[in-house]
Amino acid sequence: MSLSENTTVDVKNLVNEVLEAYPEKSRKRRAKHLNVLEAEAKDCGVKSNVKSIPGVMTIRGCAYAGSKGVVWGPIKDMIHISHGPVGCGYYSWSGRRNYYIGDTGVDSWGTMHFTSDFQEKDIVFGGDKKLHKVIEEINELFPLVNGISIQSECPIGLIGDDIEAVARAKSAEIGKPVIPVRCEGFRGVSQSLGHHIANDAIRDWVFEKTEPKADFVSTPYDVTIIGDYNIGGDAWSSRILLEEIGLRVIAQWSGDGTMAELENTPKAKVNLIHCYRSMNYIARHMEEKYNIPWMEYNFFGPSQIAESLRKIAALFDDKIKENAEKVIARYQPMVDAVIAKYKPRLDGKKVMIYVGGLRPRHVVDAYHDLGMEIIGTGYEFAHNDDYQRTPHYVKEGTLIYDDVTAFELEKFVEAMRPDLVASGIKEKYVFQKMGLPFRQMHSWDYSGPYHGYDGFAIFARDMDLAINNPVWGVMKAPF
Amino acid sequence: MTDKLSQSADKVLDHYTLFRQPEYAAMFEKKKTEFEYGHSDEEVARVSEWTKSEDYKAKNFAREAVVINPTKACQPIGAMFAAQGFEGTLPFVHGSQGCVAYYRTHLTRHFKEPNSAVSSSMTEDAAVFGGLNNMIDGLANAYALYKPKMIAVMTTCMAEVIGDDLQGFIANAKNKESVPADFPVPFAHTPAFVGSHIVGYDNMIKGILSNFWGNSENFDTPKTEQINLIPGFDGFAVGNNRELKRIAGEFGLKLQILSDVSDNFDTPMDGEYRMYDGGTTIEETKEALHAKATISMQEYNTTQTLQFCKEKGQDVAKFNYPMGVTATDELLLKLAELSGKPVPASLKLERGRLVDAIADSHTHLHGKRFAVYGDPDFCLGMTKFLLELGAEPVHILSTSGSKKWEKQVQKVLDGSPFGASGAAHGGKDLWHLRSLIFTDKVDYIIGNSYGKYLERDTKVPLIRLTYPIFDRHHHHRYPTWGYQGALNVLVRILDRIFEDIDANTNIVGQTDYSFDLIR
Repeated sequence: MSLSENTTVDVKNLVNEVLEAYPEKSRKRRAKHLNVLEAEAKDCGVKSNVKSIPGVMTIRGCAYAGSKGVVWGPIKDMIHISHGPVGCGYYSWSGRRNYYIGDTGVDSWGTMHFTSDFQEKDIVFGGDKKLHKVIEEINELFPLVNGISIQSECPIGLIGDDIEAVARAKSAEIGKPVIPVRCEGFRGVSQSLGHHIANDAIRDWVFEKTEPKADFVSTPYDVTIIGDYNIGGDAWSSRILLEEIGLRVIAQWSGDGTMAELENTPKAKVNLIHCYRSMNYIARHMEEKYNIPWMEYNFFGPSQIAESLRKIAALFDDKIKENAEKVIARYQPMVDAVIAKYKPRLDGKKVMIYVGGLRPRHVVDAYHDLGMEIIGTGYEFAHNDDYQRTPHYVKEGTLIYDDVTAFELEKFVEAMRPDLVASGIKEKYVFQKMGLPFRQMHSWDYSGPYHGYDGFAIFARDMDLAINNPVWGVMKAPF
Repeated sequence: MTDKLSQSADKVLDHYTLFRQPEYAAMFEKKKTEFEYGHSDEEVARVSEWTKSEDYKAKNFAREAVVINPTKACQPIGAMFAAQGFEGTLPFVHGSQGCVAYYRTHLTRHFKEPNSAVSSSMTEDAAVFGGLNNMIDGLANAYALYKPKMIAVMTTCMAEVIGDDLQGFIANAKNKESVPADFPVPFAHTPAFVGSHIVGYDNMIKGILSNFWGNSENFDTPKTEQINLIPGFDGFAVGNNRELKRIAGEFGLKLQILSDVSDNFDTPMDGEYRMYDGGTTIEETKEALHAKATISMQEYNTTQTLQFCKEKGQDVAKFNYPMGVTATDELLLKLAELSGKPVPASLKLERGRLVDAIADSHTHLHGKRFAVYGDPDFCLGMTKFLLELGAEPVHILSTSGSKKWEKQVQKVLDGSPFGASGAAHGGKDLWHLRSLIFTDKVDYIIGNSYGKYLERDTKVPLIRLTYPIFDRHHHHRYPTWGYQGALNVLVRILDRIFEDIDANTNIVGQTDYSFDLIR
């Protein structure tokens, strides 16, 4: 039985009703972030990438989360120092399942938490001296570390520390890249500026200060995967397809990535971008500086995968184009079987999505491939160019919410009663308590990968197990 | 390329099977050898062995600056936890907004429950001009949208570094009618660069109590027969607070828990989302001033609060996460002493059953060596219980542990012959513990989910008995306090021991012996 009782909600009216609860000043501001998608729209008609309103329970994080948590953290052969008080690194410690292979603590450090653990005296007298010491100790205890990044927490920028000077001095001393990142949490309005700052740090402190490996031999088929954090192994189930069509993936940014892969990236023939929001900056830079073209692709769901494989192959010779067709054909029977198995169980089910900066549009066709329908979608930290890319995926009448507040999302979901809510851990239990199936779409709910053909089978299975679990049927007591 | 795919619709392979398939193994090998420019396998193996050595341990313990895998979080999450134990209370964290996303996520991942809190979302301009406007608008929005009965304000380090004054800001916001003048907005300054989450807990409880009790000393406050109890930051609060209330019921005494998250962090799934549930009411909080005594279950969570209670003329008593037979005895005797009521027969019966269970299983516990880590109070309680079981606590470690705490642990160790090989390590972290375990091996580790990396490295089995537990479900719903709680802890330890023996004796044709049906 479908849980959607309310199929004819007047969505425009609903938005106005929900806004009623706000004090006037905030109501006016929030109204600009909510819209119902119109036919033939060029964008979603919402404001984005502006400050969250105080006190409303935004779901957003901060610049540190965008840099340490997203971009830098997954580089496995580096140590990333959470520079400042203990909390930021503690809460983000191993929280994102950026899979990697390595000897943790010896040649890889992805699931560890390094902090300068600021005390009051560090705030008062500055933390640069301590940072020197932190880097020395790291280099002594972890001699195989291939680079160190300094991830600034809020106090660093407020107390006037000169982490760039420390980085230069220590890098010369230990003979390894030491990269200062000014990703203090109060900068910008969300994780997004942290992505940008992290990209710029790679530009200024990796590309400008290091060279590709001397023995690196290029081929005409060298590409990179940019903006795949290997959540649950996503970059791996993507890489395998690119290799199958005859390309050579010379770098993964940044899931399961290494310092050498960053350094060698300027040797690529094409940069392939999955998460546009978090890494378009470095792709644009490489286009300008090294003349490397870049291309966005989408490996969620068979329709988008096939389209992307063809688009990627079109940049190369006939051999690659033929290979792409072969690969698509090779996986087609498995895709057909997955759809034959799961589509009858999911057909017509309605979904509301609220995630970060890419997936609110990128996963849409994967749902469509299973016969599901998107009735609402929105981003935590998208910019206008993301909202311009969104109407391509969703249809007229879809509710769009930017930087949605917990209050709004709860009211929208309550009124629209989707069959599935696809959002994050902070939202998960709210909607499950309401009796709604839920999947975490940042972490794949500890499942995954969801990218690539192998990932699509898991995605389909997961949506089915969420929606069709018997637990929803026993929610109401018979007394 | 073969035509046979590993993935299929019939049997969908998850990440833990998919990536072991030959095509992925080959891909990983190729990535490693062609693109990663890592160190040679021999070099990695050499350094790996070195990290297990005495030489490495000496260098590791000589660290003065870097902290690696600590057992502590920062103040505001503790303050948030404390506030969420009061009825209809919305935590309002003044400062950068990312912090709140982190606290909510952390607590949600442990309790598997929604966690509500708001931020004043301060950004660069607020860093320059201060966050007063964020407070004014933020309180108005939070009050209008989430209809709390109380808003408890705490701070991130950003607000602390720029020196925002909560008392003044809140008064200002009330003048601007962000919330009604009589609406309770207690607050606590909770700088992340001082102490840890347990200090934040202390600050917030004191902040809430002083909001309703007044700040001034009053040793002559009129008293009732009521006893207050402050649980402290506790990952097992759901089970433990309910157990405490049950014990109070058996006793027939009026026990008032100050900050009770047990219902808020364990709401039913019945179609209705409850943003707030249960908790200490405002009336109860006011009334608690007149209690004759306040008991703290975790000394290091309540240093200032207990002092404050003393200044209100209350008797105070403090425990260190009491677990096991004698620690529970002490708690019950204290309740009996304070209330003048005898320990009820029903609890004596429970005690006998617990002791019976320990006697039944003591052969498997006697002489087993343990590493224990976590918050200072938890470590003390766990150490004491292990000694009682005839087990040997060897490495006891807490990043929040002070010199005073180390002495306290030593005293507990000195009280039993089973404590002879034990030592306390205050201010140390889990990377220190790794060295300790490699150089002075133990049989089991007691800690939280972060310990799974230690378990992987050292092959010493981990028992998850303290916050946070992310990778096992629902244990927090069962108490660890009281005789009943001690029984749960005993069973958790025993299960791990038996699983470990089975896992090490299950190779057919090699270790057929010892794979026993009866243990």
